[in-house]
Amino acid sequence: MTYALCLVLISIGLYAVFVKKNVVKIVLGFMIIEYGINLLLMIIGFRYSADAPIIKPGTLIADIAAGTVDPVPQAIVASSIIIGLALLILMVALCIRLFERFGTFDITEMRRLKG
Amino acid sequence: MTFYLILFILIPLATAFILPLIRGKNVVNWIPDALALGTQGILALLALMTIGKTGVYHIGGWQAPIGIDLRLDGLTTLMLLVINIVALCLSIFAVPYMKLYTSKPRFFCLFLLLVAGVNGVVLTGDLFNLYLFMELASIASFALVGFGCEHDELEASFKYLVQGSIGSAFIFLGIALTYAMAGTLSLTDLSHLLPTLSSSPVVMFALVLFLVGFSIKAALVPFHAWLPDAHPSAPAPVSAMLSGVVIKTLGIYVLARLIFNVFGVTDNILWLLKVLGTLSMVIGVVLALAQWDMKRLYAYSSISQIGYIALGLGLGTPLGIIGALYHLVNHSVFKSLLFLTAGSVQYSTGTRNLKELGGLNKQMPVTGAASLIASMSISGIPPLNGFFSKLIIIVACIGSGHYVLGTIAALVSILTLTAVLKVQKHAFFKSLATTATQLRKTPLLMGTAMILLSLLCVGLSLLMLGGFSTPFIISQAAAVLVNGTLGN
Repeated sequence: MTYALCLVLISIGLYAVFVKKNVVKIVLGFMIIEYGINLLLMIIGFRYSADAPIIKPGTLIADIAAGTVDPVPQAIVASSIIIGLALLILMVALCIRLFERFGTFDITEMRRLKG
Repeated sequence: MTFYLILFILIPLATAFILPLIRGKNVVNWIPDALALGTQGILALLALMTIGKTGVYHIGGWQAPIGIDLRLDGLTTLMLLVINIVALCLSIFAVPYMKLYTSKPRFFCLFLLLVAGVNGVVLTGDLFNLYLFMELASIASFALVGFGCEHDELEASFKYLVQGSIGSAFIFLGIALTYAMAGTLSLTDLSHLLPTLSSSPVVMFALVLFLVGFSIKAALVPFHAWLPDAHPSAPAPVSAMLSGVVIKTLGIYVLARLIFNVFGVTDNILWLLKVLGTLSMVIGVVLALAQWDMKRLYAYSSISQIGYIALGLGLGTPLGIIGALYHLVNHSVFKSLLFLTAGSVQYSTGTRNLKELGGLNKQMPVTGAASLIASMSISGIPPLNGFFSKLIIIVACIGSGHYVLGTIAALVSILTLTAVLKVQKHAFFKSLATTATQLRKTPLLMGTAMILLSLLCVGLSLLMLGGFSTPFIISQAAAVLVNGTLGN
């Protein structure tokens, strides 16, 4: 059920990217897609009433694996948030430049390249 | 001793972060150029050192399930050689060319980040790490396409950014689903696990997401819309890098690696690759014929040539894979050269519109000769390298019983010849006196880069001396794909 909700979130983001004409709304769409995928990854690694994945001296790796949440998705999501931030900065910078050049945020009015 | 593998990523990253710090009035102009060229030179030498070696490097000493591996095998060696040698020639070209733009240190910073990203993509043995390096390369290339900050560049950059990021999002979703099913991200482990899971619908969905995502990165035909805008708008060395190296590493290399080594080959996927390849081949070249902008014409012809590579891989036979990889190497050389000659024409005349050009052969002999060699090579005139790779692909088509595909490949080759001869005729041969008087001289370094790549064009056909079905280096790379699952 929660998996499906993540896919709904991703679909909303894709809708925004494909249909909206305002560049800022497209950027927001990308952020929604990214949050959807991050949430999906977190849910994949989640486990009810489990410990934090910290190895203490003397514990077996097998016990850790059985009794804690999966640490890999958390590490992945942390990296992915950083990538998302870099992408967001670049997108917003481009939006500002586009607004300076074209005087509009509407992509249908930025049509110099064709063929 | 495989620790030097990490240098392919560390050296360009380190230089990239040092370069923007060098500024101020006291700084001598050539220091950033020398740093960037030195870095590329070292990388090219390191790439030459990897020939014939294999190995695995555990980053930080952690073993595979916890840490991240860097893997070196025949295919990686081939890609490293292509990336770093072409990037060296392009940075030689960029030293005089980028004077047309504002800040050269920042350009080289982004360029080296791009090189670090693509080196990382081919070296890494971990699916998520691959995504990280892919994003590093993509973000650097989005910024490089918009480097000029004019209307066209910004529009192209935004288009590229939107479509590229949709591809990245699909790939990331695919990685999440693969991890959910297999519980590991190491390519070696996945290659043993996934064939046992291949009937699961989630794995199928993940594979489809990967196919779409990497087809966007490779600009195969239904997903090609960003390429003809992004590649011509970028500065010439960047167009050459994008067309010559980036679409192949981020697109074709990863597709081949995932399909052949990790997910396992099935008839459906091969059929899909053949369809995508043939569509790209035909549509790309037909659209190229109609263009009057030099770089745009070359960009469309890139789509068509990528189609050849996808077709060769889609045949799935050892000979088809050898042809595809050989064509990948050749295309990265002659397409970079074509974009550099277009850049050189734009540098000297200020335009790249074929209707305004003419008679450049007398004024720019080096550029004219280089362009002629590259044009002959891309359209497959013997004895240049393009002839042999196309021949192998066509023979492989016929050998596996795909007579129609072989015929289409041969016909597309003739259409390619028509397209590049259009450039030759209108830009270099047809005499036109009006613009041909006061041209800016081609700087020495730009000429050197073009001559180096032309020599490579001729020299690469010598790889065939190893035998028709076992060209040097490429047969080892193809063996990796033919063998299927990855070993340790």
